[in-house]
Amino acid sequence: MLFGLDNSTSEAQAKGIALAKKLNAAIDDTSSFCQGQLIERALLKKFRTCYLEDVRNNADVLVYWGSDAQDSQPRPLSRFSVFPRGESRQRGYEEDRLAIAIDVRESNTAKICKGHFYRIPLRGDREFILALMEALSGKVPKYDPKRILELAGFLKKAQFGVIFAGIGLTYSIKDDIDVLVSLAQMLPNFHVMPMVGQYNMRGFNEALFKETGFVNSVKFDGKPVHDNKYSIVEALKAKSIDALLVVGSDPLSSLPRSVISHLASIPVICIDPCVTLTSKIAQVTIPAASSGFECGGRAVRMDGKVIEIPKVVENQYLSDEDILDRILDVV
Amino acid sequence: MPTVMELYQLLPKTNCKKCGESTCMAFAVALLSRKKKVPECTPILDESFKKQKEKLESLLIPTAGAEETGMIVHPELCTGCGNCVVACPVDVANDPHGAGTGCAPTNDKVIFKVIDGKVVAFNIKECRRFGKNKVLCYACIDPCPTGAIEFV
Ligand code: SF4
Ligand code: SF4
Repeated sequence: MLFGLDNSTSEAQAKGIALAKKLNAAIDDTSSFCQGQLIERALLKKFRTCYLEDVRNNADVLVYWGSDAQDSQPRPLSRFSVFPRGESRQRGYEEDRLAIAIDVRESNTAKICKGHFYRIPLRGDREFILALMEALSGKVPKYDPKRILELAGFLKKAQFGVIFAGIGLTYSIKDDIDVLVSLAQMLPNFHVMPMVGQYNMRGFNEALFKETGFVNSVKFDGKPVHDNKYSIVEALKAKSIDALLVVGSDPLSSLPRSVISHLASIPVICIDPCVTLTSKIAQVTIPAASSGFECGGRAVRMDGKVIEIPKVVENQYLSDEDILDRILDVV
Repeated sequence: MPTVMELYQLLPKTNCKKCGESTCMAFAVALLSRKKKVPECTPILDESFKKQKEKLESLLIPTAGAEETGMIVHPELCTGCGNCVVACPVDVANDPHGAGTGCAPTNDKVIFKVIDGKVVAFNIKECRRFGKNKVLCYACIDPCPTGAIEFV
């Protein structure tokens, strides 16, 4: 299995996919236990989505749902959402924007949203969505009616709304992601933005989707086959893979302990600019240039916009792209 | 940050007016806004008030580093998120295409800049809390999730 590539340039991702194809290997990335389901729906146009520039220029209602963007992403609120002025939002955040947080705890994002923080119980998102849908259709919901009706009022009045769907929301409704799609359908002025973790995760999902029709958990077998059993978690749990090539990811740190033991019994190859737990146990480690710094290329931002990332410093390391290219040559 | 009441409780509370204020409460307010200094209350310099004077001075330490507008930036709390930089209306007016649109400041006319990951205040006299037409502006305080900006 080839795993990772979310911290690699789009060029390296293309090589990785080509390599998996050539070897008839399985390929997966962290989106299989992260935002893959949401990104897949965005690519299938199940809900409206938009660029971050549109958010800055037009958005008047911003809903951070299961996402502590203030602490987990670089400058999302100051650069693109709540605080900057935009073309049709010239008067500043106090007058022009309404920031709302829905979360299980009062995160720093929720603190910024002050009076518009809706605290929900753990895994309460689905019930909250259903109650909100009732309120939007004019009924009085059973669940916290006063606040839900208030929230529905804000959402209905929005001219350009955005739901920033965080991993907290996705995990909570992972067995029924389409409930969010249904909510988005009831809000014609709203856009859904999946909050991704790694800088080019969406790029990987888009590239694999274009090649195979699926965003992750694919095994090439002459033709691409998609199955949950080809996700890293299930593959390690079932001990169904006999070698792992990891590019720019650290499964040993990020996966549950119960599934990682299989890594000890198979050869692991690691391509990474950093020393990680995974690189330490890997039989072969190839140090790579870190992209956006030691090597350049393109990446797909979380909103789907392609960004050029420059090489900033000269160095002797090969990029992920070059390394994968050389591996492709020899296999 | 001390409260006016905390400061007031430590004063002689005789309303003697020797400090130039009409009451000890008014003097406490003036202390907090740094318009008056502790020794301007001459009775408190007396030996018998030694402990109270020391306590008062220690309470006022945090306000000592404040800018003229009363602004204090706590670098240990600042995460460099830039919310205050782009939210400050003065920054927007003085740098509409930089800080005003969410980008890094492009000139030296702004009040806030993030330098080495921490916010630093410049041009403090431009702050709307200062000068003749001052207003009680909260545009940099409210967006800060860590409470790194304070006015005293
Ligand atoms: S109080 Fe207002 S004008 Fe003064 S620095 Fe803060 S945001 Fe700017
Ligand atoms: S908003 Fe607060 S944390 Fe963010 S840069 Fe300003 S002072 Fe620092």
